[in-house]
Amino acid sequence: MKTNKILNISNDLRWQIGEGFHDKLTEGIYSDAAQIAQNSVQKKGQQKRFRFDRNLDKIVTSKIWGFPIMIFILSFVLWLTIIGANYPSGLLSELLLNTIQPWLKTSAESLGINLWVSGFLFDGVYLALAWVIAVMLPPMAIFFPLFTLLEDFGYLPRVAFNLDHLFKKSGAHGKQALTMSMGFGCNAAGVIATRIIDSPRERLIAIITNNFSLCNGRWPTQILIASIFIGALVPAGFAGALSAFAVISIALLGISFTFLVSLFLSKTLLKGEVSSFTLELPPYRPPRFWKTIYTSLIDRTLIVLWRACVFAAPAGAVIWLISNVTIGDATVANWLIVHLDGFGFLLGLNGVILLAYIVAIPANEIVIPTILMLTVMSASIAGVGEGNGVMFEIESATATGEILKAGGWTMLTAINLMLFSLLHNPCSTTIYTIYKETKSVKWTVVASILPLILGFIVTFIVAQVWRIIF
Amino acid sequence: MQKVTKSACDSCEHHNALGLKKLGINIENNDYVVALAGNPNTGKSTVFNALTGLKQHTGNWPGKTVTRAEGGYSYSDKKYKLVDLPGTYSLLSTSQDEEVARNFILFGKPDVTLIVVDASRLERNLNLVLQILEITNKAVLCLNLMDEAKRMDIEIDERTLARDLGIPVVPTSARSKEGIPELIKTIHQVATGELKCKPHRIKNIPKHINNAVEKLSSEIEKEYPTIPNSRWIALRLLDGDERIIEAVKTGEFITE
Repeated sequence: MKTNKILNISNDLRWQIGEGFHDKLTEGIYSDAAQIAQNSVQKKGQQKRFRFDRNLDKIVTSKIWGFPIMIFILSFVLWLTIIGANYPSGLLSELLLNTIQPWLKTSAESLGINLWVSGFLFDGVYLALAWVIAVMLPPMAIFFPLFTLLEDFGYLPRVAFNLDHLFKKSGAHGKQALTMSMGFGCNAAGVIATRIIDSPRERLIAIITNNFSLCNGRWPTQILIASIFIGALVPAGFAGALSAFAVISIALLGISFTFLVSLFLSKTLLKGEVSSFTLELPPYRPPRFWKTIYTSLIDRTLIVLWRACVFAAPAGAVIWLISNVTIGDATVANWLIVHLDGFGFLLGLNGVILLAYIVAIPANEIVIPTILMLTVMSASIAGVGEGNGVMFEIESATATGEILKAGGWTMLTAINLMLFSLLHNPCSTTIYTIYKETKSVKWTVVASILPLILGFIVTFIVAQVWRIIF
Repeated sequence: MQKVTKSACDSCEHHNALGLKKLGINIENNDYVVALAGNPNTGKSTVFNALTGLKQHTGNWPGKTVTRAEGGYSYSDKKYKLVDLPGTYSLLSTSQDEEVARNFILFGKPDVTLIVVDASRLERNLNLVLQILEITNKAVLCLNLMDEAKRMDIEIDERTLARDLGIPVVPTSARSKEGIPELIKTIHQVATGELKCKPHRIKNIPKHINNAVEKLSSEIEKEYPTIPNSRWIALRLLDGDERIIEAVKTGEFITE
């Protein structure tokens, strides 16, 4: 065989050369590069811009200011999102739910379409879609461009730099800070981004813990519940700030869980050395404002929205069906809610929320619409809602709050819903992505079940402590 | 050999720049394959978008592109397929993104490898350039982010650089589309063989190592005369690279 001959010669030569081949080669490349660069590069004068970058880096990556600045920037982005999304959300729901939906229903009636068919289509599928668009589009259209502007400016690698030593202490790779940041946009994207991590051990840690980054599907849930229950505790002027603070706390809690679980994994299932890496802090570049706005709207917002719609349509159909098909004298939904209620109570939640999470496994985005619809149906609140399985319109956050309170919600329910929304299984897309990336059923199951178990434990403890105190 | 067009219009750069057709993801029946390689955060994706008209998301942080993205354009009646590889600092280690880049340049046999470098950080970027030039004979250096280099008062003598590296060098500022027509033309010239490259080979290695490399490389060439990158394979074999040893065993790199 020719190939064996080559390999044999190569082996002989390797013995002759001895150790240090790799280092000698690398040294050779470096000195060649230095020579060539010296021949053709001329640096004139002082590098003002570089000095500016350096000074800015000294502040944003400083031991004292790094974290406060990071938290401040994230809070500011969230605050803008919360404040800014309210108005367009109202407009959209007015249009999609108060104008178009009744028109669809009456048209169907005048055309003599079967009540079951029109209910299925317009009270199930259409309303789910309309809800997802009204609830999700405005916050995404604000949050993503802002996040992308930060990204283009070059802030993300600085975040990674700040968090690096924490990751190292957790036995994980510093680049996990980047994949975690990606996870704040979308967990599936974050999981794919872990390919930049070289060691399989550290990559698995990054994949399993990515779910602790609140993804865009869960931001709206957090923001809505925080505005309704927590913002309502203070006068209207401070409501936005307090809600933003609550959401930030949940996001930071998620980051703490990332560290804790990374540490746990690197001490138990995934033992090993921490590998070092170089992180290049890129120059700050002024983002091209309009182009960024445009691409983040097209690339992220619409793609994520489309995905949400694809999952919401069948989910809407399922919701309508389980609320209208009966077993004995109760609907399927009612039956499930009653059976889940006991377990829900232990967790400080209720059967409605658990059922909503089961229905919403395909996409986290539709949890809130599902909860509202199921709450109205099971609590049979007079005067709101249009019938079983109809995801009705709600003009304002206050009205949503009234319905939830009438459905037996307390502050504990709200807080635990926020916690559970952070700590539960990843959405189906992410689970599938994890499987594709790890090619292992075992790790996919671990990554899916681990956050759920944590969620059960945390909400259980919070519920018990809360009930003892209050 | 490709017949080189001679009419005044055809050789005019302006005409040819207009002759560019961005084909987006329509990349069937391409005549040439161009690999796009470079360090992270040098604007590869921006160059990719400028050439193909696609809108792949670009971001100011290293490691954004982790998979291969493909797109196409046509120029002077030839169709080009452009493959955007993940940014890497080196081809000598074995993380997944580096392997994607290296395997494509080595086994994918692109007709031209377009190496994008950050003009303001040339020296650091050259490490990867020199490694790529060990693998392939047909390469173009895209000296990107010239606007940034200018702001930092860095001047680069492209001619000297081109002479030292033995490949054509095109300065660009892909963000503002500056230099893109020249880049397209140069890629075309290298792809058609109108421009011949004489890539730099790593010089500063100790003599006994160089002898070993040359011996092994000539041995490989003796067995497989058509192979273009025997020296790189020799380097990797001597470094004990499992993937390359595997490739030698299966004969992967000689499939024509």
